[in-house]
Amino acid sequence: MSSYVIRGANILGETVSDIAIEDGVITAIGAGLEGDEVIDATGLVALPGLVDLHTHVREPGREDAETVLTGSKAAARGGFTCVHAMANTDPVADTAGVVEQVWRLGREGGYCDVQPVGAVTIGLGGERLAELGAMADSAAAVRVFSDDGKCVSDAVIMRRALEYVKAFDGVIAQHAQEPRLTEGAQMNEGPLSGELGLTGWPAVAEEAIIARDVLLAEHVGSRLHVCHLSTRGSVEIIRWAKGRGIDVTAEVTPHHLLLSDDLVRSYDPIYKVNPPLRSNDDVAAVREGLADGTIDIVATDHAPHPMEDKECEWSAAAFGMLGLETALSVVQQTMVDPGLLTWAEVAEKMSAKPAEIGRVSNQGRPLEVGEPANIVLVDPAATRVIDARDTASLSRNNPYAGLTLSGEVVATFLRGRPTVRDRALVEGVTV
Amino acid sequence: MTFTHLLSAGDLDRTDAIRILDTAEELLGLASRPIKKLPTLRGRTVVNLFFEDSTRTRISFEAAAKRLSADVINFSAKGSSVSKGESLKDTALTLQAMGADAVVIRHQHSGAPHRLANAKWTNGAVINAGDGTHEHPTQALLDAFTMRRHLGELEGKNITIVGDVLHSRVARSNALLLDTLGANVTLVAPPTLLPVGIEKWPVETSYDLDSSLEKADAVMMLRVQQERMNAAFFPSAREYSRRYGLDTPRLNRLPDHAIVMHPGPMNRGMEITADVADHVRSVIVEQVTNGVAVRMAVLYLLLGGAAGDSTTEEGTE
Repeated sequence: MSSYVIRGANILGETVSDIAIEDGVITAIGAGLEGDEVIDATGLVALPGLVDLHTHVREPGREDAETVLTGSKAAARGGFTCVHAMANTDPVADTAGVVEQVWRLGREGGYCDVQPVGAVTIGLGGERLAELGAMADSAAAVRVFSDDGKCVSDAVIMRRALEYVKAFDGVIAQHAQEPRLTEGAQMNEGPLSGELGLTGWPAVAEEAIIARDVLLAEHVGSRLHVCHLSTRGSVEIIRWAKGRGIDVTAEVTPHHLLLSDDLVRSYDPIYKVNPPLRSNDDVAAVREGLADGTIDIVATDHAPHPMEDKECEWSAAAFGMLGLETALSVVQQTMVDPGLLTWAEVAEKMSAKPAEIGRVSNQGRPLEVGEPANIVLVDPAATRVIDARDTASLSRNNPYAGLTLSGEVVATFLRGRPTVRDRALVEGVTV
Repeated sequence: MTFTHLLSAGDLDRTDAIRILDTAEELLGLASRPIKKLPTLRGRTVVNLFFEDSTRTRISFEAAAKRLSADVINFSAKGSSVSKGESLKDTALTLQAMGADAVVIRHQHSGAPHRLANAKWTNGAVINAGDGTHEHPTQALLDAFTMRRHLGELEGKNITIVGDVLHSRVARSNALLLDTLGANVTLVAPPTLLPVGIEKWPVETSYDLDSSLEKADAVMMLRVQQERMNAAFFPSAREYSRRYGLDTPRLNRLPDHAIVMHPGPMNRGMEITADVADHVRSVIVEQVTNGVAVRMAVLYLLLGGAAGDSTTEEGTE
């Protein structure tokens, strides 16, 4: 493996320095370093490789929408070196066999580490616990368990799951959605849902589950992770729970940081997502929550869908939007540019902390000598008009298409090898 | 006209709305002539694209288009490839290929007409003939037309609409159009059947029917769907009927000039008693008649009136 010197990068937006990489490890940080290949990083910010705790690759089952390989490529283009692949595949990732298959496909692809998430219950059915221990003990070493897409709504099953995973330091990542309050739900419940005649998805359906779960986590002394929190009330509950010492972490998606429910007025299902786009007040609240540390991380909820599942009537369309390739730009635009987060804090919320929650020990590491060379170089001065066709994903359901976003990933290194270079995917990466 | 489609009653400004109503008034005279036909839309194709059964709305649009000499194609989801899973997009592309000048669409999903109009799958004018629980603008127009014939100009008139506002496309379109025309609208329903955010609508709301009757110039009763009765929106059909049904004692509390309306089909004995439905002050059958004239006016103004890509030689008259 050749050695690289990244010349003149602004590390975490704090210190301009060279970074030398050899054999997948950062070997030196300082001025005037030399290596086989020099990468000019003047004006670029260097961050540790990003870690996504919430990605949907559609393999196995819907390889027309995304495969582990195409999802990995999209991740690399977005600056990620590790993604957590959600369990709602077909078959569901509720056995050691399925999670090992996904994990192995990620390794073979070589564009990023794919860390499978195991289902909490068999078939996401919410009734019987899946063999969580078997998935934890498998080659995939699963530590994050989630029925994402569905809520573990039964309080007893949730309690047992929270307790059980303590044996292997696992975490339950809850998709907080009270099912009865959201039957047939299509969009955020508010004045606009009434006007548009679309069944509402009320904030209380999310908040009620989060409130219940933080109390359960406290009661049994377990750690809880809340997926894609989207409302002001949810932020307040998490803030309260943390103040009480409850071991809870929470994520927000890029789309809930940037987009709001007025977009639904078009009835264009490109904006249909679960949980739904919320009010402008909720958008303000999740930004505040991310800035003050109530919300721990940004996770994409990258959810590819084929064209035909979006080119249709709103109510007939699938929930979900792409996110891997735009996440860092959205965070820069909504949080860094307005001064709500520093780049060092972005590194914390998009790399270190998600790796810690997922117990992935070789990701989310600091940019220091001796650490794995998982590095992303971002050009914060770039602006780009988002083109849905310009993607490594197999899908095109990009809600930012046509918008101008700030920042662009110039290079991504996974253990010392570039997966993205000169703002383009490196084809033919080999392990 | 200032609009190229009719998707929402909110698309109409006051001038447009009054123009439609005035045009309908002229066209209504046609129904009493021995030959009920104008050549205005000769050579134009109007497609009735019905994804949801509604015989009354379909035949009303069909009669309207035929009286203007348009060619009418009825495209019903049940008898077409739609039921075999063809997408709205492919259906629209098919209609486009057949040269539809206007597509009248009825759909069980809110916003389907907007998708049809905005996704550019067809160049034809799109007319919303009822979409999900969203809107039914031509129903609101025919309601306003009917009210205007009985009550005069609607500015300052008090209109009470009663029933399942949450799921009613008729209520949404009426609230928008009546506000545009300057009427005062009161929506009466149990709290479970009023949508969240209704305080932002240009209407008054009440949970009490009796207190909303004495000032009403018109009372419009909404149909209560059977499936609501099993979803805890109200305890029972009888209780609903007692609290929100229009019966003879309540009819007697209305001002003498007030009219009773219903968009149909009625649940006699539920939201309205048979005696009230058949009462001399009920204009329910007249609403149906007026529906044809109003839909003629909409088609005429969208397709026949202003130029554009039109090949018609009739022009406005």
